[in-house]
Amino acid sequence: MIAIASARRATTLQELLDGIRVSPAESLYYHFWADLLQARFEEREYNNDFASWVAHQLHEPRLAEQLAVIDPTAFPGLEGLRVVLVETIEAALEESERLAWLRSERPFDFVRSQIVIFDTGWRAGDPAELAELLPFLPVESIFYHFIDARRREPPGVDDFSHWLSDFGPALTPLVEELVGVDYYFGSLVELRRRLIEAFAHRLAAVSGP
Amino acid sequence: MTLLQQYAEVAGSDAVEHLRQLAGLLQGARVVHVNTTAWGGGVAEILTPLIPLSRELGLDASWEVFEGAADFFACTKLMHNAVQGMRVAPDERGLHVYEDYNARNAERLRSVLEDADFVFIHDPQPAALISHLPRRRGSWIWRCHIDASHPDPRVWRYLHEHVATYDASVFSLPTFVRPLPHPSYVIPPAIDPLSDKNRALADEEIRGVCSGMGLDPNRPLVVQISRFDRFKDPVGVIKAYRLAKGFVPGLQLVLAGGGAADDPEGAEVLHEVRGAAGDDPDIHVAELPPRDDVTVNALQRSADIVVQKSVREGFGLTVAEGLWKGRPVIGGDTGGIRLQLTNYHTGFLVNSPEGAALRIRYLMHNRDQRLEMGAKAREFTRRSFLLTRQLREYLTLMVALRSGAGERISLG
Repeated sequence: MIAIASARRATTLQELLDGIRVSPAESLYYHFWADLLQARFEEREYNNDFASWVAHQLHEPRLAEQLAVIDPTAFPGLEGLRVVLVETIEAALEESERLAWLRSERPFDFVRSQIVIFDTGWRAGDPAELAELLPFLPVESIFYHFIDARRREPPGVDDFSHWLSDFGPALTPLVEELVGVDYYFGSLVELRRRLIEAFAHRLAAVSGP
Repeated sequence: MTLLQQYAEVAGSDAVEHLRQLAGLLQGARVVHVNTTAWGGGVAEILTPLIPLSRELGLDASWEVFEGAADFFACTKLMHNAVQGMRVAPDERGLHVYEDYNARNAERLRSVLEDADFVFIHDPQPAALISHLPRRRGSWIWRCHIDASHPDPRVWRYLHEHVATYDASVFSLPTFVRPLPHPSYVIPPAIDPLSDKNRALADEEIRGVCSGMGLDPNRPLVVQISRFDRFKDPVGVIKAYRLAKGFVPGLQLVLAGGGAADDPEGAEVLHEVRGAAGDDPDIHVAELPPRDDVTVNALQRSADIVVQKSVREGFGLTVAEGLWKGRPVIGGDTGGIRLQLTNYHTGFLVNSPEGAALRIRYLMHNRDQRLEMGAKAREFTRRSFLLTRQLREYLTLMVALRSGAGERISLG
């Protein structure tokens, strides 16, 4: 993922709202997901840049929590996400006149993403081969196949579950476990570990003792 | 061993594999970088390894140095300061000099620049070349290395006329970006892990430098490598050292940097620093000659803690240099230092000499913590601030410009 800056900045909540209204959809995508792809040492306190800025720059933890709980994959497209962000901030501004007067020391810089997709050259012919590859997959690849995939066809489904569904009902428990993984928290390294465990556990059950 | 193999050893084979895949789409592309100095300064430092690495990846990359003289550089120094926010501007005559040199260099470089597929123009000095080459066929990218967020309006209005005609621009941080009618990519700078400043050194080389400076290898050492510039707050570092020394007996401090000889303000600051150091034998103030990179490298590797206590900073790559050597860094909470330094993980962000002193004292008394932070620091820098990451983003930008800059670029 590469960043393109818009030169649009917000120092107040109203300016943040205006920016969210007019920025391209890829900007929302960037501010929800780019941070996950950066090298990091601890869990994100807030799960998107908007929430983090409201918390740390405007010092409004209540609104920050309301923004942080918004799940970007709960909407079929990014426009739905934009509507919820706008409604949440508008409601906060209507509820408290004070919020409109807050000014941050550091601005919020609107940035949009451009995604480059590489072929790693690795191929898995069956679920066991995929399980063997998983520990070596770069975290960016985990992001692409398990998170970003939900924006592509078929919508809302990760690439692994979609591919595994072709291997018959024996793998349904594995598919169900993957569908149940809450990937919104933790790091991509942690997510990869959970996928490795799910594959190991469910494939062992299929192949028997 | 090829260059790519050497980079794979330090940056990781996956990083080099990404470069190969991107470069596969740009085979034979003529890429020209233009700046104003062949050596000295961050731009030349990064172009020196970038060109051979790009060539080994199959790009026809070259580097042209803009020819200027004292009158030109007097004008562009004003422009440089104005873009960074000072309220200064060249007069009519200065602008005439600026345009005249750009016209002459455009004539000299006409065939190279008109035929190139991609031209990277570094900083404001050669930015007007584009206006003299209407028959250019490739994509032109303005690479702005400085903070252009609050420029002098007169100077920006003038520069904007030239810069707006480029196909894209590149800034180091989103906060540095100005509104422009083309995509403004955000690509932070990076360090070259194979350069003399950052490569692994033999123990004898490190010991030689330390003994030459009169440092005791058995006592704790804090190092700040920086130009003698008030924004780097060298006097604040001395104050922090003095506050910490009461708790860290035997503490030594090195303040080393170049650029004072040909910079009147630098000489003045160096004088102030020497005055603040007084006759303390454990404060070592060293004016380094240009290109004394091995000394910088050895000092950073000898340090227990690297400091970059800037009060204002563009990017401050000495932070990444210190982190790459596996040292925790205490950095000023400003500019690009915030991006490089993860507070409490790879070092500490501080806002005062007192804050720096507290963190020096803490790290000197917690060896395990210091070593753990140092290990994290190296790994973080490997992923985020090496030349391979920067080149990957330049290649991505070129692929994007060639393929219409869609939201997604699939490389098959």
